[in-house]
Amino acid sequence: MQKTYYDPADLRKFGEISEWNQELGDKFFDYYGKVFEDGALTAREKSLIALAVSHTEQCPYCIDAYTKDGLQRGVTKEEMMEAIHVGAAIKSGATLVHGVQMMNKVNKLDG
Amino acid sequence: MATKSLHKRQSDLANSNRQLEILSNGIFQNGELPKFKNKIAETNQFPLRAKKLEILQINVGYMCNQVCDHCHVDAGPDRKEIMTRDTMRQCLEVIKNTGAHTLDLTGGAPEMNPDFRWFVEEAAKAGVKDFIVRSNLTIIRANKKYYDLPEFFKKHNVHVVSSMPHWTRGKTDKQRGDGVFDKSIKALQELNAVGYGLPDSNLKLDLVYNPTGAFLPSDQAAMEKDFKKALKDDFGIQFHNLFAITNLPISRFLDYLIASENYEDYMYSLVESYNPTAVANVMCTNTLSVSWDGYLFDCDFNQMLELPVNSEVKHISEYNEDLLEGRNIVISQHCYGCTAGAGSSCQGSVA
Repeated sequence: MQKTYYDPADLRKFGEISEWNQELGDKFFDYYGKVFEDGALTAREKSLIALAVSHTEQCPYCIDAYTKDGLQRGVTKEEMMEAIHVGAAIKSGATLVHGVQMMNKVNKLDG
Repeated sequence: MATKSLHKRQSDLANSNRQLEILSNGIFQNGELPKFKNKIAETNQFPLRAKKLEILQINVGYMCNQVCDHCHVDAGPDRKEIMTRDTMRQCLEVIKNTGAHTLDLTGGAPEMNPDFRWFVEEAAKAGVKDFIVRSNLTIIRANKKYYDLPEFFKKHNVHVVSSMPHWTRGKTDKQRGDGVFDKSIKALQELNAVGYGLPDSNLKLDLVYNPTGAFLPSDQAAMEKDFKKALKDDFGIQFHNLFAITNLPISRFLDYLIASENYEDYMYSLVESYNPTAVANVMCTNTLSVSWDGYLFDCDFNQMLELPVNSEVKHISEYNEDLLEGRNIVISQHCYGCTAGAGSSCQGSVA
């Protein structure tokens, strides 16, 4: 029995999810591939967005995948770190903006 | 950053048989990954056969002023293998009569061969349609005796193909050595100054992009766009095409992959990115590689692995294009490097 929840080698097996539901697996991977094609945004820009979201989602597979993808696209480590800060800023902002709700409640109950 | 070749360091991996052993053992022996031969057999592409010759690539020596981390030649200042004028004369006989449309001089730094200029002058007379010299750029700034190389290339209408792993200093110097980026930029500006790489110029200047680490190159056209914008905006440099070339797992790059514990993941990446369409256009099918001592190979990589052509013709002195055509290409697992993604050749993507 595997002793850890995450195994880096499992990323290579991602495609195998289709084996237990071919139709939905195919639809997902078709959609996934299409999303990352060049469009109004370049594939490079999408890769950086994916890297930031990988961190906010705290998905180790995605972090490995989009760090490598970024390197392949010539993305620099400075660009990668800035992208992650964007994700971190939204995460912390999302926490802090709820402070207004707390303040509203305090003011209503104890104002 | 290495300062000496694997040969000078007497590394285990300086031995080509050792490299071939590594490429055939482990994950390829235990069946985790299919051997290249079996993979191409799946699409009825085994054996790979040489088609009509289009590109004659001549390696004039392994000496180089740089010791790049990824170098498949294991080139460096300490390598003494240099093509002699006698072997060059034998090559010239072939160049005059070949059906190939491209002559491609490589090294090492080909300019460091003492007979380089003589050879270029003589070869240019043969009137081959596309005459490439693979210049590492820094050689142009290495010593006063090389300062006039841009003019020399121009005089002989040489097509200059130069390595540039990134448009930033950090990534370039990491792969190619401290100070390489600044010298390369200066050399590119000098090539531009004599007319190389300008949009309507016939003086062709192309760049080669090799990844700086254990990952594959991305889309060549997208990378070219990024390179062009950055080099133009930051340094006013122009060039024609970018060739994205995959690092093959041999020599110093293999050494790096093993030392950094990236070998297995890298081989997985190559095999997972295998593209049967690329196999049809892989460069060994239209190229012949000549070593500094005149022996013939299917490609520069096989030359470094000491895998000679599978033909009764083994040496440039006994060259026979008809006999070489149709020969079976000699393959091993390093060949996955040329069939990954959009494919890779000395002329960039192939699929």
